[in-house]
Amino acid sequence: MTTMTRTTPGDTRSAEEIRAQRAAERAEGWRRRAPLLPALIFVIVCTQIPFLLTIWYSLRSRNLLRPEGEQFVGLSNFADIFLDSTFRTAALNSVIITFGCVFVALLLGLGLALLLDRPFAGRGVVRTLLITPFLIMPVAGAMLWSISMFNPSYGLVNWLIGLVGISPVDWTSQYPVLSIVIALVWQWTPFMMLLLLAGLQSQQRDVLEAAAMDGATTWETFRYVTLPHLRFYIELSVLLGVIYVVNTFDHIYLMTAGGPGTASANLPFYIYQRAFLGFDIGQSAAMGVVTVIATIIISLLALRLIFRGLNAKEQQ
Amino acid sequence: MTGTLHRLSRRSLLAAGLGATAGAAAFGLSGCTTGTGARGGREQIVVAIVSNPQMQDAIGLIDHFRNDHPNIDVRFVSLPENEARAKITASVASGGGEFDVVMISNYETPIWAAQGWLADLEPYIAETDGYQDDDIIPTIRQALSYQGRQHAVPFYGESSFLVYRQDLFEQAGLQMPQQPTWDQIREFASALHNPAEGFSGIALRGLAGWGENLAPINTVINTFGGRWFSLDWEPMLNSPEVVEAVSTYVDTVRSWGQPGAATSGYGECMTHFNQGNTAMWYDASAMVSGIEDPRSSTVVGNTNYALAPVMETDYAGWLYAWSLAIPETSRHKQAAWDFITWMTHPDYFQLVGREVAWEALPPGSRLSTYEIPEYAEISGHYAEPTLTSMENATQENCMVHEVPYEGLQFVAIPEFQDLGTRVGQQLSAAIAGQQTVREALDQSQRFAESVARTYGWEG
Amino acid sequence: MSTITAQQAGTGRRSTGTLLTAFTWVVALVFFAPVVWMVLTSFKHESEAAASPPSFFFQPTLEQYRNIFTADAGPYFLNSVIATAASTLLVLVLAVPAAYALSIRPVKRTQDALFFFISTKMLPIVAVIMPIYVIAGQIRMLDNILTLIILYTAMNLPIAIWMMRSFFLEVPGEVLEAASIDGASLLKTMRSVLIPMVAPGIAATALICVIFAWNEFFFALNLTAANAATAPIYLMSTMTSEGLFLAQLSAASVLASLPVVLAGWFAQKQLVRGLSMGAVK
Repeated sequence: MTTMTRTTPGDTRSAEEIRAQRAAERAEGWRRRAPLLPALIFVIVCTQIPFLLTIWYSLRSRNLLRPEGEQFVGLSNFADIFLDSTFRTAALNSVIITFGCVFVALLLGLGLALLLDRPFAGRGVVRTLLITPFLIMPVAGAMLWSISMFNPSYGLVNWLIGLVGISPVDWTSQYPVLSIVIALVWQWTPFMMLLLLAGLQSQQRDVLEAAAMDGATTWETFRYVTLPHLRFYIELSVLLGVIYVVNTFDHIYLMTAGGPGTASANLPFYIYQRAFLGFDIGQSAAMGVVTVIATIIISLLALRLIFRGLNAKEQQ
Repeated sequence: MTGTLHRLSRRSLLAAGLGATAGAAAFGLSGCTTGTGARGGREQIVVAIVSNPQMQDAIGLIDHFRNDHPNIDVRFVSLPENEARAKITASVASGGGEFDVVMISNYETPIWAAQGWLADLEPYIAETDGYQDDDIIPTIRQALSYQGRQHAVPFYGESSFLVYRQDLFEQAGLQMPQQPTWDQIREFASALHNPAEGFSGIALRGLAGWGENLAPINTVINTFGGRWFSLDWEPMLNSPEVVEAVSTYVDTVRSWGQPGAATSGYGECMTHFNQGNTAMWYDASAMVSGIEDPRSSTVVGNTNYALAPVMETDYAGWLYAWSLAIPETSRHKQAAWDFITWMTHPDYFQLVGREVAWEALPPGSRLSTYEIPEYAEISGHYAEPTLTSMENATQENCMVHEVPYEGLQFVAIPEFQDLGTRVGQQLSAAIAGQQTVREALDQSQRFAESVARTYGWEG
Repeated sequence: MSTITAQQAGTGRRSTGTLLTAFTWVVALVFFAPVVWMVLTSFKHESEAAASPPSFFFQPTLEQYRNIFTADAGPYFLNSVIATAASTLLVLVLAVPAAYALSIRPVKRTQDALFFFISTKMLPIVAVIMPIYVIAGQIRMLDNILTLIILYTAMNLPIAIWMMRSFFLEVPGEVLEAASIDGASLLKTMRSVLIPMVAPGIAATALICVIFAWNEFFFALNLTAANAATAPIYLMSTMTSEGLFLAQLSAASVLASLPVVLAGWFAQKQLVRGLSMGAVK
């Protein structure tokens, strides 16, 4: 700014002065950009280059164990994917696990947020207890569920259902997807609760009071005042939840290893298996590319929403 | 390709440098805790190992190695079989270089040696006093060699055989021959099967995996005259011989096998047998260390052993050895070899016997193991079948037709890890009754066809 | 008449309130029960940990914790501390200026840059693990804590930039104008005016980075072996195929989770803002 004012003192500007001014503008542009560049370059190097390499791999037939057989195969890796029934199972599992987890966690989270949105004795403690599952290391959480909770002979869950006379269940092999969803819901409900609680608490109290004065019942107030206000927070929770949960790997790796067979593999786990057990680099890269495209479609929706929320906030 | 990688590497190095400046400035201490390689005259080697009991014993005894080699700092990465295999294969195949010693089997050794990924061990063996490599069981030594040169040395080896309950056979008036046929096994199984008491006639693996259900099933395929590929690489997985062999196995385990067969592997079968819930079990000869150990088994003293069941061939066992090798990328090969020597030297067996237990000796690697008096005393009834099975575990003895690949219970081609696991999943589904044997084998045949084409089969 | 109704309604509301409070507590305790169980198990002997039916009353022992401290868990935790602290510092060093350039004195195409950063967060990591593995192998950077530091930085940088930006946007314009009228240089403005104002924001950003880096498993699983393995890998390695390990695993889980649990408990408000990448205040 200061440079610019100093270079434009008179009315008669020579070509040299104009050039100087342009240079100054450029310099100003670079001065603005300079703080951004290190971060930008860092992220490009660390994420885009590997991803370009993934695209490159996806067009080649490459098995890590047979280096001599490497060749360019065009799109045939992609064609193979769509004939691979396990890939379809994994894609379906991804959808079931992601939406099952997000939906249930959202409902539970909404319920808990409503319970916590009123003053009562020990509210802070309850809130602290409730967010803890989200803070437990995911690896620890996954193993806690798969062993301490779901073990068929000494797990807590079988003991509990045994109290009401249900015979023991081998959870992680009989209901692998359900077991994973339960463990994930336990972990992600606090996340939903926190966001929705923030939403509830940002409500204008006078609006609620006005509704009560107008004789609205609690349900009517919730349905016509609170819920519309919460809409942004619910959408945000769902989309952030989907973004975080769709890439779930830890729980599947540790609880079922995708099994039995491939019954509970989701896309990230199946791609990992193709890469680190099958060593089929071409195939796994092609699956990665397909997954990225699918994720980008979901993300675009999410991003638009976050931008909208932010811009709305900025205008306030 | 290499060019691209090279360029990219340099760019990543830039990023690495960027990180290094900030990281190192903030954390001077990171260097001293995470440095690889030599420091202060000490050499560090990283050993990737499968966390089976015998290997855990070795980790427990490492102080003895440290005393002899104060300059070598050994670090273990000990993982369950599947995880270890994934990590070791990725590292060696991509030249990752994390490991100086890797535990692999006779499946990987010749393939990797051919790629030039493993160090030739002959010069090291020649220079080591008292190593006695001619004492290594010949079939194992052969299986761990590439072009006549050893690229890995065995830690323990195994074939497959049948364990049965001597007491129950006597009660029922049955006589187990030294080498039964599958027909006889089926008769015995049906005679002793008693589901009302929770007792099964036989235990057989059903859990999907090339190292799990496919190992016993492939020995059955071999002895029925089946094979995976014909000499010109035509896949044979739905040929009549293979269909008959697999049908026999699946029918046996479905009719008289243990409950939950489709999800039971080696460990589950062993528990089943050790708890006294089954009359016979056909599996790895390394089972003896569990079955004959009174701390884990309730049937010690009531067991006897027979050779792997046959049909058309003279023998039917498999051959497998957990072995140690040095990746070509290691920068501490001599130190790595020093460690391997310690863990596979005849002296190590004395050490384990004295410090752990004589039952705990790694079996099936050296002939001299069976001459150790303390071991001979406890291994009387299984030493013979173990050695006979291992000595005869060759394609000539165990297969009817010639094949273009090495291996008995596996096909020694790089694609087999993956192909075998997928076929294993199909067969596991057949054992679970989710599909017929025919359907499972037709699907497996399709998997095999895509592999066969890369070996020049045109179909 | 009307007063009586009001009173009745009052007591009704109060008893409903008590019921609701009790219900909330019950739900919270059910949710928290697995954590309690994990902590209890960590004070058991191995045989009690695998007892059926579960044992609720037992003689607590510190045996498992003692084992962890005497065993070789130290390097794993140290690696976690190094990777987490160094990557978080690096993230802040890169993110604060970048967020400044995207908020207070914005570059052209700010929205595009923001979009780019956040879109990398949506990239499934599994899709790039093979190239990263191969590159790291080529430059001998496998099993090296520096590799984890770099990747954790790249993983957290987008979130941190978004978060820091939302804090910068809250800085009143007058403050900045006053600073620029004084003729203070950029660095000086940053140091003396901006940074103190957004210090709570920096703390919140650091918290989120620490949580994600500390809990990270996938990179650690694939890119480390003996020298750079972190706490989550230690947890996995306590599982053995033979023998009992549950009590040991529980103790390790408690120790590994403790830092993040404590941090999260004490910084609940920052947690919300961080998790939503700054969209929720």
